[in-house]
Amino acid sequence: MKINNVILQAVTKIVVFIILTLAVYLFLSGHNNPGGGFIGGLVLATAFVLLFIVFDIETIQKALPFDFKKVAALGAFLAVATGFGSLLFDAPFLSQSFGYFDLPFFGKTELATVTIFEAGVALAVVGVVVTIILSISEDV
Amino acid sequence: MIEIMLITSLALFGVAIAIALLRIIFGPSLPDRIIALDMIGVNLVSGIAIISVILATKAFLEVILILAILSFISTIAFSKYIERGVIIERKRKS
Repeated sequence: MKINNVILQAVTKIVVFIILTLAVYLFLSGHNNPGGGFIGGLVLATAFVLLFIVFDIETIQKALPFDFKKVAALGAFLAVATGFGSLLFDAPFLSQSFGYFDLPFFGKTELATVTIFEAGVALAVVGVVVTIILSISEDV
Repeated sequence: MIEIMLITSLALFGVAIAIALLRIIFGPSLPDRIIALDMIGVNLVSGIAIISVILATKAFLEVILILAILSFISTIAFSKYIERGVIIERKRKS
């Protein structure tokens, strides 16, 4: 029997972008609303898992040439490096700061260094979750 | 009046989830259980929407989106497990 899942693949190509948009929104909604690096990373990993389920591993790894173990390591390094960055300014480890800037398009915006830390957390979560899913599905 | 209608609909959604749970427990075949799980997801999304109307807050909208995405992906994964026997393939056979 010839297997035909063209509807699923056509729907997935659109839905993945909706999920990625939600992931970016959750990541940027930060520490004042529900959201943050961990949840944004989980939703981002959900989009990758959906791609891996609908298509196959080799196609997606040709389209996204990341080694997800290295992505997780880069995220952990980024999170720890922002912690050590505060030592340069004579502040305790992992202390963060923020300020208000006038950006040309967005107006008065709050920029915080905790966003870099959250980016590290998000990268670590994406790498770990995708690595776990791929290694579970390996031995069938 | 609106309050009574919203709370009644919440109770009805609870009854629907209980019926779907019975179908999951006693379901004779695997597709019955998968349809019941998908139905529980849809009912949870609707219930959370009604709760956010009752409480007059926007804090639950992200919950609705994430629950809908997880329900969608889990239904796809279960269906693919039934049809193929494998969820994530190494190489697609044309």
